[in-house]
Amino acid sequence: MSPVIKKKGEKFTIPGKYLLLILTILCTFLMLVTFGTDLFNRPLNAVVGRVVIPFQQGIGRMGEWFSNRTDELAQIRDLLAENERLKAENAALTEENTLLQQDKYELNQLRELVGLDEQYGSYHKVGARIISRDAGNWYSSFLIDKGSDDGIEKDLNVIADGGLVGLITAVGPNWSRVTAIISDNSNVSAMTLATEDNMIVSGNLKLMADNCITFGQLVDSRDSVAVGDKIVTSNISDKYLPNILIGYISSIETDANNLTKSGLITPTVDFEHLSVVLVITDRKQSFDGE
Amino acid sequence: MLRKFVVAIFILGCFILQCSVFGSISFAGIIPNLMIVLTSSFGFMRGEKEGLLIGFFCGLLNDACFGSFLGFYALLLMYIGFLNGKFSRIFYPEDIKLPMALIITSDLSYGFICYILMFMLRGRLQFAYYFSHVILPEALYTTVVTLFLYPLILKVNEKLEAHEKRREQKFV
Repeated sequence: MSPVIKKKGEKFTIPGKYLLLILTILCTFLMLVTFGTDLFNRPLNAVVGRVVIPFQQGIGRMGEWFSNRTDELAQIRDLLAENERLKAENAALTEENTLLQQDKYELNQLRELVGLDEQYGSYHKVGARIISRDAGNWYSSFLIDKGSDDGIEKDLNVIADGGLVGLITAVGPNWSRVTAIISDNSNVSAMTLATEDNMIVSGNLKLMADNCITFGQLVDSRDSVAVGDKIVTSNISDKYLPNILIGYISSIETDANNLTKSGLITPTVDFEHLSVVLVITDRKQSFDGE
Repeated sequence: MLRKFVVAIFILGCFILQCSVFGSISFAGIIPNLMIVLTSSFGFMRGEKEGLLIGFFCGLLNDACFGSFLGFYALLLMYIGFLNGKFSRIFYPEDIKLPMALIITSDLSYGFICYILMFMLRGRLQFAYYFSHVILPEALYTTVVTLFLYPLILKVNEKLEAHEKRREQKFV
């Protein structure tokens, strides 16, 4: 007799085996559907936004408060010394600033002449707080406390400390997920600022602890790229806005094929101690379309 | 009803702890896997069906927040819960050896499967590195956390079972 058949006076239950089969089919179906589209993400993300995010925001704030207090105590002595040094530096910088402002004035005039717009500063940005880190140990992503209600969409660029942090990969009403460029599944199309040689910058789990990322497929036939060169996002990337600073080359070597080069990059962003990020709300398409 | 509510609180609480508090007290960037502890302990305490359901929801939560597509962790944790449920026949609350062994085995196999599906298939073949730097530390850290979390789960489960028994007697 089949175990599914209902007996008199007994509650109707599905045996474990059948439930496993049903849920396996459901999971496979979900994977197939969500691999290409984001059909179910909207309702599910809304649920997550209601249930999980409020707690995480609270705990995140609390944790931040505690770590700030401990940091403050540890840093007071350093700060006193640093203050002295900064005062001296401030004087020098004020002078330099005046000179630079004169230069900037001139630069703006010249830019207007050439018809170029100032790019990096003209992006619209939204500040967001990191409320949660990845629950696993394999990839590096985190959740921020702004979502579609604040005008955030998928594939927007995220920056902090003047450098690229990553890309928005999922959006809920009041939260969104950022996949960091140090994550093993992240690839960024980049170029050297000086020579505009294109390369692919990809994260690597092995180097994540050293706060390092790799680059590869750099065709540098003139041998002009060297250690210390600035790496920025490339013009030809379809998701990343051009000329956002990624980091500096810390080592470079020729590949076994003698055609391309690869090596390591030190990112400008300190991913270990990140608490606030800026999301650029301009998309590449609309930006180019303007 | 009460059981469902308590289990939901457990899943949510563990998930939130795992990605906020444990993120900041991680050793060498490794965080313990509380979802595995929950899934397998409810699996061997309560049987296949409850194990697989709890695994499914734990995984789905992880998928919704951090997965690149839905269903991967849900499927993985569901099978872990189901297989742990197979051991519910030889489980005794007084014995700590079987639960520990099951949780460690579950976490190791979770690590192996994650490595094979997410890294090896992308050509990252240095298994020894990933085993010694991710899978093993995670299993060890999870074991340490289990020592504190498992007695709590066991106690709550005993309370719930006693409560259910009382209710049953009342109705009969």
